[in-house]
Amino acid sequence: MAKNQYAEFMAQAYTMELEATERYAQFAEQLDTHNNREVADMFRKLSKIEALHAKRILEEMGWPSLPALPAAFAWEEGEGPESAPLDALHYLMQPFHALQLALQCEQRAQAHFEGIAAGKAPKKVRLAAAEMAEEEREHVRLIQAWLERVPQPSADWDHDPDPPRMSE
Amino acid sequence: MNAPLAAKDFKSDYKPIWCPGCGDYSVLSSITKALATLGLRPENVAVVSGIGCSSRIPAYTTCYGFHGVHGRSLAAATGLKVARPDLTVLVASGDGDGYSIGGNHFLHACRRNVDLTYIVMDNHVYGMTKGQASPTTEPDWDSKLAPGGSGVREFHPLVIALASGANFVARAFSGDPNGTAAILVEAVRHPGFSFVEVLSPCVTFRPDQRTWKERAHPAPVAPTDDPARAARRIMTDDGFNIGVLYKGNRAPYRGRVPATGTVDALERRFELQGV
Repeated sequence: MAKNQYAEFMAQAYTMELEATERYAQFAEQLDTHNNREVADMFRKLSKIEALHAKRILEEMGWPSLPALPAAFAWEEGEGPESAPLDALHYLMQPFHALQLALQCEQRAQAHFEGIAAGKAPKKVRLAAAEMAEEEREHVRLIQAWLERVPQPSADWDHDPDPPRMSE
Repeated sequence: MNAPLAAKDFKSDYKPIWCPGCGDYSVLSSITKALATLGLRPENVAVVSGIGCSSRIPAYTTCYGFHGVHGRSLAAATGLKVARPDLTVLVASGDGDGYSIGGNHFLHACRRNVDLTYIVMDNHVYGMTKGQASPTTEPDWDSKLAPGGSGVREFHPLVIALASGANFVARAFSGDPNGTAAILVEAVRHPGFSFVEVLSPCVTFRPDQRTWKERAHPAPVAPTDDPARAARRIMTDDGFNIGVLYKGNRAPYRGRVPATGTVDALERRFELQGV
């Protein structure tokens, strides 16, 4: 039973990383379309980082691909804690905004794993969750450091004197 | 036997050109997830659409696609499904294309109950043509194009679908792509005409719709097979009940004449005389 719960936990962790990978890739595509190359590249980079995390879980479990999750499985909030909200983009956004989004995602992931580690799951699950929470904490620190290296946007960063879409 | 496909296998190489943050990105992702969950293959699925932002979807999938005439997606899809019942046919539309220009086709598609899944991305505005009020726009929505609001009562697509005979009625929210994918899976599996209204915010012309994610909530009751009860519930809910709301038992229309014959025979049949 505990073994099953552990496998289920790892499958959920993998799904969470995979959904984050796909979301960042989707964001990169959206900003490519709007010619915001700098932020698109940043999202692509974030997507690759999440993909590595997902791959590591598969390797650790010796799974060739994700085993089926229980039919009733669903995130409490509809989406995995590490997925950035779909409506968070702006065509003029800057690397600072992208990193802020990523920071919030990592913080949510950290809280998610901390919650499991402090809960009533079997010991093996709690230990794995604590390890993942620590990894997410490290990611939070890395992104915070990264944020300090990018320029802060000005107050009118989203001002466009000739917006591409407006009611005429 | 073919290996099962992943959602990404249903996504084409064309990059969507919706506005960043548009709900339709999420609907596309829900459609590809649903098709993967259903174990379908792109060559066995057709996505048919009309005109508008949401109707771009066929090009973004690897399935067969038909980007048709404004408001006429259901007519084309009905013909396709009756002629090729082996295909899974999804129809994509928006509130303008589906309820205004295509409003009459909507009624009769529900009535005919052909085995289609009709996905309407409703953002209560004409986005592609820059922000005009649509059939589902609130009467008091103030905009440059309708100062003070249109003053016209909004259309109620879910109740209209029930009254017209749709066999499956659901409301989804693009902010929950996994939940939407699960609803689409159910919709495709349910025989007959399945109508899924997806609340899909327009971040450009309706930035006020960003609050939808706080308002959307799971429907508190299980779906019913009684259309009158479903209609009462829908008429009195807050418009943000998400889930399957009605599952009927009507047998789908399948066409009485088997779709057989060669392309040559069809060409001869429809040949213009004297030309």
